[in-house]
Amino acid sequence: MSTEPTVTEADLQAYADGRLGVERRAEVESWLAARPEDAERVAAYRRLGDALRAAYDPVLAEPVPQYLESTAARRPRARRIAAVAGWITLGALLGALAGWEARDWRRPAGQPLAEGAVMARRAAIAHATYSPEVRHPVEVGADQEEHLVAWLSKRVGARVRAPKLDEVGMALVGGRLLPGESGPVALFMYQTAAGRRLTLYIRAEAKGNRETAFRYARENNVSVFYWIERDCGYAISSADLSKEELLHIATLVYKQLEP
Amino acid sequence: MNEAERLVELIPRLRRYARALVGDRASADDLVQDTLERAWAKLHLYRRGTDLRAWLFTVMHNVHVNKVRATRVTATLEDELPELAQRASQGDALLVRDLDRAIARLPTEQRSVLLLVTLEEMSYEEVAHALGIPIGTVMSRLSRAREKLRMMMLGQGAAAKLKVVK
Repeated sequence: MSTEPTVTEADLQAYADGRLGVERRAEVESWLAARPEDAERVAAYRRLGDALRAAYDPVLAEPVPQYLESTAARRPRARRIAAVAGWITLGALLGALAGWEARDWRRPAGQPLAEGAVMARRAAIAHATYSPEVRHPVEVGADQEEHLVAWLSKRVGARVRAPKLDEVGMALVGGRLLPGESGPVALFMYQTAAGRRLTLYIRAEAKGNRETAFRYARENNVSVFYWIERDCGYAISSADLSKEELLHIATLVYKQLEP
Repeated sequence: MNEAERLVELIPRLRRYARALVGDRASADDLVQDTLERAWAKLHLYRRGTDLRAWLFTVMHNVHVNKVRATRVTATLEDELPELAQRASQGDALLVRDLDRAIARLPTEQRSVLLLVTLEEMSYEEVAHALGIPIGTVMSRLSRAREKLRMMMLGQGAAAKLKVVK
């Protein structure tokens, strides 16, 4: 027995993983030969490894969702962030010039006009940022609408839906998640066959925010119709559609989203 | 190959690990998505020429730990769940589900080590590096994870019999 090598728990783990050199492996094997209980335990570890690989290796062969691939392939976001920052600065400047800088702390809590105006501006900035994108207009494409809606609902914290706009010739391109003042915001994008785009911006509303009628705002060349209904705020923006066309679509969306 | 191409290439492995780590497909892909975004945001911290895969798993680990921390209440509740649900019949699909649940019952730090060693086939040194822990800790977590799983799998048969008798 004096010649028997010392075998540690770490050796047994490495043995189960098949990571010992030939010599050491032989030593561990002879050690285990005299200890059936440990031998069975190590054999169980090996079976466990096989079971794990059998259970999860099939994931390797699953088709990769397109949105993951776009996230992985896209260039560093610094440029995009810079673009958004630029728009926000511009928006703030224009807002200040126009004298409608709506700062929450200056107004009674939950004033719908201020709240809505802030939302309209943010929606216009989002539209201006993403609608010119050719390769990556959305994070999740319309081909995965169900996943998109479930994901956005979960992140926004309200039941979010993508209305059908086929009757005005607009098809869903997809959507993405955006940061808002008080939490994540959902953005759906639609376009016509000719590539005219609109975006629907949806955020969860704080309890105190009253419902509002349709309101209209214009930021640069982006028209926005916005309203607050129940627990969500909505803003429809487009730089490609006329005010009349947009109002028509806003009415359509409003009807569809009615519970 | 640039970083974007290599990231795309590594997605299936990230998804496999994430699936085993968090269980359901939607949460796993959420984790992969968050990891990829984080990787792009932190790419300046990655040293070119080093192992991008190992770095990515480190990023995923950190993202996951932060998520778990954010939902600790849920995690604690799950820890207190009684024995695995028992069913009369057995089958392959069932075994996979049971394995899923058994893994879910391991503490996160043990789960990560076991999965990186078993699925990713990382060396113990790589795991230590990826998770930022000493190699001795890797070995003890690996050992504890395996023993716990083994006991769960053993206990499962016994518990099933008890339930059926009632």
